[in-house]
Amino acid sequence: MKKTYKLTDLDCAHCAAKMETAIKKIDGVNDATVSFLTQKLTLDADDSRWEDILKQIVKACKRIEPDCVIHL
Amino acid sequence: MTRKQKKMVVRIAASVLLLVGAVLVPYEGVWRFALFLPAYFVIGWDVLWKAARNIAHGQVFDENFLMALATVGAFCTGFFGEGEYPEAVFVMVFYQVGELFQSYAVGKSRKSIAALMDIRPDSANVEREGKLVPVDPEEVAVGDTITVKAGEKVPLDGVVLEGTSLVNTSALTGESVPRRVAPGDDVISGCVNQSGLLRVRVTKAYEESTVAKILDLVENASAKKARAENFITRFARYYTPVVVLCAAVLAIVPPLFLGGWAGWVEKALIFLVVSCPCALVISVPLSFFGGIGGASRQGILVKGGNYLETLANTEVVVFDKTGTLTKGVFNVTAIHPEECSERGLLELAALAESYSDHPISKSLKEAWGKELDTSRVGRVEELSGRGVRAQVDGRTVCAGNDTFMEEIGVKWHPCHHVGTTVHVAVDGKYIGHLVISDEIKPDARDAIAALKAQGVTKTVMLTGDARAVGEQVARDLGLDQVYTQLLPGDKVAKVEALLKEKSRKGKLAFVGDGINDAPVLSRADIGIAMGALGSDAAIEAADIVLMDDKPSKIAKAMEISKRTLGIVRQNIVFALGVKLLVLALTPFGLSNMWEAVFADVGVTVIAILNASRALQAGRK
Repeated sequence: MKKTYKLTDLDCAHCAAKMETAIKKIDGVNDATVSFLTQKLTLDADDSRWEDILKQIVKACKRIEPDCVIHL
Repeated sequence: MTRKQKKMVVRIAASVLLLVGAVLVPYEGVWRFALFLPAYFVIGWDVLWKAARNIAHGQVFDENFLMALATVGAFCTGFFGEGEYPEAVFVMVFYQVGELFQSYAVGKSRKSIAALMDIRPDSANVEREGKLVPVDPEEVAVGDTITVKAGEKVPLDGVVLEGTSLVNTSALTGESVPRRVAPGDDVISGCVNQSGLLRVRVTKAYEESTVAKILDLVENASAKKARAENFITRFARYYTPVVVLCAAVLAIVPPLFLGGWAGWVEKALIFLVVSCPCALVISVPLSFFGGIGGASRQGILVKGGNYLETLANTEVVVFDKTGTLTKGVFNVTAIHPEECSERGLLELAALAESYSDHPISKSLKEAWGKELDTSRVGRVEELSGRGVRAQVDGRTVCAGNDTFMEEIGVKWHPCHHVGTTVHVAVDGKYIGHLVISDEIKPDARDAIAALKAQGVTKTVMLTGDARAVGEQVARDLGLDQVYTQLLPGDKVAKVEALLKEKSRKGKLAFVGDGINDAPVLSRADIGIAMGALGSDAAIEAADIVLMDDKPSKIAKAMEISKRTLGIVRQNIVFALGVKLLVLALTPFGLSNMWEAVFADVGVTVIAILNASRALQAGRK
């Protein structure tokens, strides 16, 4: 499944790149892009573990850029 | 400006006032130090807080950490006598001003791109039980009837039931001349209804409608990254740690032998400030984003930054003929019967081809002009690249090209008219032929010339048509090569051969109308589909989609891609150049903290401003 989420307060391009790398490393994620310009997260991941993967993503983002909120 | 940005302006002003006050008060020693603290904290508290918090999360070497370390370090060297307190505060002020400007500039580019993509319809007026109800376009079902008033956007793809009007397609195609629509015509979502009231029967659900597809395509374009973008991401991963390591070495090793700790620590701090790769990390994707946005305003949809990059290096452009260089609208220009009347030959050909949707069949039917009695036709066989075999009034009628006649063993003879010749044979006996010609698009000639001006070395045309026709068109347009009488499969083989012939760095682009040439579109380095208004296959298969039918847009797309890549290159060279220069000067004591902050924030701002030029692409 592929889905897009809106991000707010993503203030630095470098952090966006770091978030993207971290999300891609999560097990079950096929592909992910964090666009600093469109302020969007595009996620392509395993359907059956979707909720679990989302939780891990939120956790990873909290660590890298605590100000950034993912609108689920 | 957002609220966050306004707050920052106030903080910057307050800090500067406090700083001026502190400089004017003539205290010395610890008191002087204490005087500068308020100014510093007003401007830098969030940076310090974020730095501490991120370290707690295991994120070292981010911007906040580096700025905190650099300014606190400057305070310390000031405290021990060599540096100056104002410098520490001012470095932080400068950094925040830069950040503010950066967020403002990025926000502005983001907004102008959003405005560009302002084709999303807000609501649709659906007729429900005789009343008009405004609903979300996503809730409208196929078959519903919607009303579009003057000045409104057409929310979904459909067919006009009632009313005539002029619709403006400029948001989709960049074409400023409005299109006239009347009952029976298709209208495409995203167009603006300019004059009359239109009643439209919806033919596609919102997700399937043109506007949704285009928005999806453009929004996802940033996901496909150009090589330059990937390079920057990889570069940033190594650059920062290396520079930080150098800073550590600079702070510890030379003073062991030479002494003068404070001086070397300050040099190390300069290294830290320069170590942020932000100028590149922001400006490179922003340039591509702007280039893609600017192109879409011209009716050129680019599916990703990587395609923009490939397009700029295009060396060979291969065209499909029908529908790409020519209008794809055929007219019967000559009827040469052997044994029957002209009308008789035309009727027979039209009947044989009556079940086909091929442009040639359509033109035969049009030339006949009257209703065809299709009950006279039975057992139709369409032979791709050859023609049609059908039973008409119980006789076997074969209508097709030279190859087809050879195959069925009918003696035929060529025509002196240039065009597509359709031979007709009844029960294995030749009864004559018709000539159909296609018109060359008005801008095709200029399009080829413009491509040459953009550095394309070879233009090639592939066509399934007869040799005489293909060569005539190629000569008229000034194409370098032409391959005729190709079956759909041959086109892939030809493109593969051309791919082998070209130089290693040059790229090959294939331009087609998306009908029948999807395999070729995907085989070429870059596939360009024309006339996407209405053709889903084109949007799916191609890397670049031209919304209108103009081949001249290809050269325009190349121009935009070259310009965008030029801006990217300027930014990379400029940002890296300044940073490396400051880094190189620092160990010799030839740089100061001001220059370091400029190399970080100043360069970022300049790079962003330069990148925003990409958005102007194609605007004349």
